[in-house]
Amino acid sequence: MATTILKKPGTFYEVFTRKPDADKINTHYCPGCGHGKLHKLIAEAIEDFGIQDRVIIINPVGCSVFLYYYFDTGHIQVAHGRAPAVATGIKRVHPHSIVISYQGDGDLAAIGGNEILHAANRGEHITVFFVNNAIYGMTGGQMAPTTLPGMKTTTTPRGRDIRNEGYPLKMAELIATLDAPVYVERVALTDAKNMARARKAVRKAIQIQMENKGFAFVEALSACPTGWGMNPPDAEKWINEVMTKYFPLGVFKDISDKVEPVKFEKKVLSPEEIKKAIGVDGETLTMKKYQRNIVAEKYKNPKIKVAGFGGQGILLLGLVLAQAGMLEEYNVSWLPSYGPEMRGGTANCHVNISEFEIASPLVSIPTALIVMNRPSLEKFEPTVKSGGLIIYDNSLIDIEPSRKDVEVIPVPATKIADDIGSTKVANMVMLGAYIGYTGILTKESVFDALDIVVKRKELNELNRRAIEAGIEYVM
Amino acid sequence: MAKQLMKGNEAVVRGAILAGCRAFFGYPITPASEIAEAASLLMPEVGGVFIQAESEVAAINMLFGAASGGVRAMTASSSPGISLMQEGVSYAAGAELPMVIVDIMRGGPGLGNIAPEQGDYYQVVKGGGHGNYKVIVLAPNSVQEMCDLTYLAFDLAEKYRTPVYVLADGFIGQMVEPVEFPEPKFPEIDKSWCVDGTAETRHNLITSIYLAPEELEQHNLRLKEKYERIKRNEVRYEAYKTEDAEVILVGYGIVSRILKSVVDIMREDGYKVGLLRPITLFPFPEEKIRELAKTASLFFVVELSTGQMVDDVKLALNGMCEVRFYGRCGGMVPSAEEIIEQVKNVFKEVEKEIEHQK
Ligand SMILES: Cc1ncc(C[n+]2csc(CCOP(=O)(O)OP(=O)(O)O)c2C)c(N)n1
Ligand code: SF4
Repeated sequence: MATTILKKPGTFYEVFTRKPDADKINTHYCPGCGHGKLHKLIAEAIEDFGIQDRVIIINPVGCSVFLYYYFDTGHIQVAHGRAPAVATGIKRVHPHSIVISYQGDGDLAAIGGNEILHAANRGEHITVFFVNNAIYGMTGGQMAPTTLPGMKTTTTPRGRDIRNEGYPLKMAELIATLDAPVYVERVALTDAKNMARARKAVRKAIQIQMENKGFAFVEALSACPTGWGMNPPDAEKWINEVMTKYFPLGVFKDISDKVEPVKFEKKVLSPEEIKKAIGVDGETLTMKKYQRNIVAEKYKNPKIKVAGFGGQGILLLGLVLAQAGMLEEYNVSWLPSYGPEMRGGTANCHVNISEFEIASPLVSIPTALIVMNRPSLEKFEPTVKSGGLIIYDNSLIDIEPSRKDVEVIPVPATKIADDIGSTKVANMVMLGAYIGYTGILTKESVFDALDIVVKRKELNELNRRAIEAGIEYVM
Repeated sequence: MAKQLMKGNEAVVRGAILAGCRAFFGYPITPASEIAEAASLLMPEVGGVFIQAESEVAAINMLFGAASGGVRAMTASSSPGISLMQEGVSYAAGAELPMVIVDIMRGGPGLGNIAPEQGDYYQVVKGGGHGNYKVIVLAPNSVQEMCDLTYLAFDLAEKYRTPVYVLADGFIGQMVEPVEFPEPKFPEIDKSWCVDGTAETRHNLITSIYLAPEELEQHNLRLKEKYERIKRNEVRYEAYKTEDAEVILVGYGIVSRILKSVVDIMREDGYKVGLLRPITLFPFPEEKIRELAKTASLFFVVELSTGQMVDDVKLALNGMCEVRFYGRCGGMVPSAEEIIEQVKNVFKEVEKEIEHQK
């Protein structure tokens, strides 16, 4: 079962060397199959437009999986239904190429329903040819999403029952409802008149891409004599008389006269420009040398846990400590408890500031606990290392830590913050109290760290006052 | 260049762009979303492509398309999203496409949770898709390595024309540490195999189809030979205080950081314990494990899972040495102290055994 394509267009290979069987002249399609007809229209258009070198055809899964046997163009063979996504990927990285996505009805309307919908909706600059033969040809005649009601297939042996299988999907109509597509038409690969219309549609759909206008979609009603159990003339007749009733021919959308062509420009940057664009050019780094404080042995190399409610700025407090530590050329790490805990519940983070390489960034036994709510105090107090430090906001926490083997520093941080103008900076009061009490970081490095970490710099005036108030309180 | 404080997920994108990656396709999922967010911000700035795909299935296939064009491209996701991508990875392995996939693992199975886990080892290292294929898997354990290994991943992907994973857990993705960035690269498109819409590449075909059984067998054997080459050339690991160690701890990702603390603390108490950290999970450091087995008496594997990588340790040893496993999962992370207790028990047993043999 093979059809010869009379007078091959130049876009076809002269001899189909990629075809594995002995016959390298005829296609693998059954006699009367619509695929061959559509191939020829596409091949002629490519030849006439002189775009053969630029064309990349996406080969689907289905009877047309072997498009690469025939077309002398670039090819990507892809997974079942994914052609529009692959077409998107290649077109976006090589916009000068002409990307043709060719799909059957199982491929496009069933398994690949999501991919085609979204490629169309994004208005990808690709040309889609959709072969609707109302059946799964390749796998032996099972039902397609486009199988007509009552039609018998190997998986609808009693005929398609709309109560069990639903209705045929009208893809052209569906795609035409979207805003982005530029051109949507349904044609039939049957008699001379319909073939002439199909030829025009194929050319237009490719031209739209050549003009950088956007997404074009041509649905072609196509005979599958084998799957339908008909001879080729009857199959064509059936398309004209039955199929077109359900799937009317015509243009469903055409805004090609109205859309502005897109200009694809390639941006080429120098190494320096790239580094600047992604913020790794060192611009944000200070070359300043920071003088470290002399730190008492017991406060050196702290493993810090900062804990409180989400929204108290717990994570920021930790981040400023880590950033300041880095400025003073300590090794640092910061690790948040992330996820739902960040949203309204409790929040905590682990901070290491060390003269040595930091092995585990996790702080399971903190040497310093900075804590701003009662549940966190109750949870983490028992974990603090013997001889360690607990700093807690006693304007919010109405109990006292009971451990006798640790240093306990109450700081009415929220109250102090209120007094200087905003409850929000209580975290900074706590930070000030911690660095003031232990001397682990200098005020200078912490102030500079604020400017690096906090995006809204106008807030830092108040933040700095809060830090100073915290330092003062413990002095 | 001086160091910059940055989150792991954000360092990934910068490492990728510096490696010459100019296309990112992804679908949001915690705890990997910051990667897509950073890519959406930065890719257009460097003339690159960013698309938020309609699903992970679409994302991996967009990546398949971009990779077919010979351009450095990537995606990132977390466990459930990776499950969805497996079809595309199998096709890419079959079609021999270079691409980089970042997996910031979370808790499973099913929707599980968004906490850090290492439950994707099987689906990533053993190949979650169909067919005889392997992928190179790099396992960073710091923010610096999130950048560096992503940077390296693109070179390896191209060198071997294969998908390469950067496999990290939620903690490594969310963690903030200082990073020093490498210099930008400008890789050339290899026109010998890709399709880019030019005359030079017109005759190229990207496919995973080999219809004839003899041909498909040959293709599979060629792939196998490639994986053997990767095994010979690309094994990477870190061995820490293993020279005289009686017990070797084995862990990757965030676990290896905790295990380093375990080694440091236990060494202070005189325990002869060391750490082997696989940096490549495929290829797995089998040789090194066998070498260590000559002097060590026991391997102690720790994972954020119920035991996946431990299989590879056992396979490497093939009975040469005893293997113990300790795992936490579901987002529970063992503390150094918790592991130390376990390891101390093991030492007691080892000593008893030595006693017994005398
Ligand atoms: C994931 C996956 N599922 C199922 C198949 C089997 N399969 C191959 S072709 C096909 C249907 C093709 O039908 P259609 O898209 O209508 O193309 P036609 O063969 O009719 O041209 C199916 C189900 C596959 N290759 N991959
Ligand atoms: S089975 Fe149908 S679609 Fe496939 S080649 Fe034959 S006629 Fe064409």
